[in-house]
Amino acid sequence: MAVWEALLELADDHLVLGHRLSEWCGHAPMLEEDLALPNMALDLIGSARTLYDLAGTLEGKGRDEDALAYFRGERDYRNCLLVERPNEDFAHTVLRQLYFAAFMKPYWDRAMTSTNAVVQGVAGKAGKEMAYHIRHAGEWVIRLGDGTEESARRMADAVEALSIYVDELFDSSDAAQDAEKAGVLPVRAEMREAFDAVIADVFSQALLTQPDVAYGQRGGRTGQHGEGLGHLLAEMQSLHRAHPGATW
Amino acid sequence: MVQTTPLWEVFIRPRNGLAHKHAGSIHAADEVLALQAARDVYTRRGEGTSIWVVRSADIVASDPDQAAENFEPTADKIYRHPTFYDIPDDVGHM
Repeated sequence: MAVWEALLELADDHLVLGHRLSEWCGHAPMLEEDLALPNMALDLIGSARTLYDLAGTLEGKGRDEDALAYFRGERDYRNCLLVERPNEDFAHTVLRQLYFAAFMKPYWDRAMTSTNAVVQGVAGKAGKEMAYHIRHAGEWVIRLGDGTEESARRMADAVEALSIYVDELFDSSDAAQDAEKAGVLPVRAEMREAFDAVIADVFSQALLTQPDVAYGQRGGRTGQHGEGLGHLLAEMQSLHRAHPGATW
Repeated sequence: MVQTTPLWEVFIRPRNGLAHKHAGSIHAADEVLALQAARDVYTRRGEGTSIWVVRSADIVASDPDQAAENFEPTADKIYRHPTFYDIPDDVGHM
């Protein structure tokens, strides 16, 4: 397995979650969130672009960011399952964002010492973005969890639905392990302490309890995805596949 | 019980040394979310280095019906304008 495939996994995480967030554009509960969610989506898609570019360069077969984003099918996508979970309601959306950002913040902090200069560059920018995503999503989790009867129920439902996808974040695929040995990417398992601290802090204020997950869902890194990803890709890729090379 | 989300006025300081200027208003449930909403709505193109938010309800405004008595008496007092002085370039923003 090669380092470029580990970068592809990381890029896929960011593109898929970015696209999920972008689905709220024009549909968010209020104008302020209608801007906040696409803001976060653009942060993620920005990181994805640089990572795709680097992955394509290291692969050396001439695939650019568009080829990697638009001309791969569901089975070739390597994102973790958490990021492809559907938006459902606002509780699901902000919790998914909190989980992802709570993992990626310490990840990018450590990636500041990557042996790859491009990864270092992404880390410097994305670390700050993830800090804001934790704050924004975290404040919403707190307010919904400790809010009305309905918001508390929806928040608890989201925790129940999404907690089974958390453990996969800490797994390193064969490709990721090679990238970690080469010092290009941080060791994923080492994020556990920082992640747990953020989640424990937010959940205690949100009056939420973390469920015991007996069996976490895995498979994204080997291309085994939920039904939702196929629909997401169909929508995201349709224009580029109908009009290859289309630009603004 | 129906509650409306409070309105907040947003003030942005574009650079150090300049004053905060009114940028617009946003809705938010409390001061923490108000600051985040202000950041997300009004600083997307690098407009700011600092944000203030104030509850719109806490702003005391002059009465438009008193505009004439408030502001018109100054119209004929041209000697109050500093247009008779040359301001040195070094002074910068005044």
